[in-house]
Amino acid sequence: MHDHPLLEVNAIDTYYGDFQALFGVSLRVEAGQVVAVIGANGAGKSTLLKTIAGLMQPRGGDIWFDGELIENAPAFAVVKRGIALVPEGRRLFPSLTVEENLKIGGQLGRPGPWTLERVYELFPVLAERRNLPAPALSGGQQQMAALARALMANPRLLLCDEISLGLAPIIVRDIYARLPQIVAEGLSLIVVEQDIVQALSAASHVYCLQEGRIALQGPAGELTRESISAAYFGV
Amino acid sequence: MTEWANVILQGVLIGGLYAMFAAGLSLIFGVMRLVNIAHGDLIVLAAYVALIVTQALGIDPLTSLLLVVPMMAVIGYALQRGLLNFTLGEDLLPPLLVTFGLSIIIQNGLLELFTADSRKLQAGAIEIETFQLMQGVWVGVLPLIQFIVAIAVIAALQLLFYRTPLGRAFRATSDDQSVAQLMGLDTRHIFAMAMALSLAVVAIAGVFLAVRANFDPAIGPARLIFGFEAVIIGGLGSMWGTLAGGVILGVSQAIGAQINPGWQLLAGHIVFLVILALRPQGLFPKVSG
Repeated sequence: MHDHPLLEVNAIDTYYGDFQALFGVSLRVEAGQVVAVIGANGAGKSTLLKTIAGLMQPRGGDIWFDGELIENAPAFAVVKRGIALVPEGRRLFPSLTVEENLKIGGQLGRPGPWTLERVYELFPVLAERRNLPAPALSGGQQQMAALARALMANPRLLLCDEISLGLAPIIVRDIYARLPQIVAEGLSLIVVEQDIVQALSAASHVYCLQEGRIALQGPAGELTRESISAAYFGV
Repeated sequence: MTEWANVILQGVLIGGLYAMFAAGLSLIFGVMRLVNIAHGDLIVLAAYVALIVTQALGIDPLTSLLLVVPMMAVIGYALQRGLLNFTLGEDLLPPLLVTFGLSIIIQNGLLELFTADSRKLQAGAIEIETFQLMQGVWVGVLPLIQFIVAIAVIAALQLLFYRTPLGRAFRATSDDQSVAQLMGLDTRHIFAMAMALSLAVVAIAGVFLAVRANFDPAIGPARLIFGFEAVIIGGLGSMWGTLAGGVILGVSQAIGAQINPGWQLLAGHIVFLVILALRPQGLFPKVSG
């Protein structure tokens, strides 16, 4: 019945004004798959996620999600179809409490496994701090809250933009340790990371972006260290 | 002594009206960083809408609120979706210019339709009813109703902002528009709801203004100034601060007028300037950035 992948990005070109950030980028995500996108600063990783999430519209190419074209849909319509983005830098709403942040993540009322109770089970520390303003959380807790907020939308595809950025390694491991639990609920994942080791261990398929182009891709287990560093640094 | 008590009391009660001018202004600025220069003229527009409704249906002004409030809310929604949303962006200037133009259009439109004659809404006997609060201190029933309504409006806005999903959406959109979109919020709709709410409050303020005193198409800008001053005195983003700001402005004007009838407006402006100089963030600020 489902012969098409969950997400299919075909040769998209995305611009910031006159500056082209993505050049013909293509990517596929199958249902239940974890895909990593790696690359140096400014390679276009965040732009790729923003384009998929509808925050930016590509000038060329197309994006299929579950058999529908979505490249021209605005972000609020894309999340209705089941794509949630954990933005870079967490971006919690500072004037809302932790619980209000989670509730607004679930305000569309998409059916699915994730409820307030379930995300509190996944991140018990958030339950303890539910009534605090979001900026009162530590960096790691804020990242958990941002992840939980995205889960509250009950997405079929979750996009995680640099969830390890600015966090202590032990906290990053703690957050990554919960990803299998999240994927077990049947959702697919795209993780964008600068931390290659982390990305390779979490994902089954890896894309490496270099200056807006896919420089390398393949199953996580088959890529050699040399090929990755060549694609990453362009040397 | 009782003379001054009367003066201050009248100032407090008129402060409720100023708080209602200010609440809608503050709400719009808070949610979408839009400074609505046409706010005062929209208050006057609401007064004229009430004039038509009361004359056409033969109902009293307070009852007419049942129609005028939803009508103004619909106008607000349409105005935001059809015009003001297109002016919003990084730059604060386009909405300023467009609402300035809107102000001129409303004033001249009203002038064409209703002439420059002064009008007033007739509320009947209640307009002059008073009761004695204590020996020598008299309270007008209508100003008291106006003040109670103002408190109710502020309390309702406060509840809406902090206890409802719509209020949560307002605050989230105010914090971060693009992330609000990621939550599935259509910010164009959220902004339009905020403007609808703002003009619903404007409708109440406009009707009380028009019952209290004469109005004509040109008095809008002065109401805008009072609203601005109440917002700044109270502190941006704080609803109860806005009420306090309105009351301070009202009392200042009343005291000024008591000293010298020519000093009414001047006294209000001076108090505003003093507070702006000494405490630019207002007396009860809520937003830091």
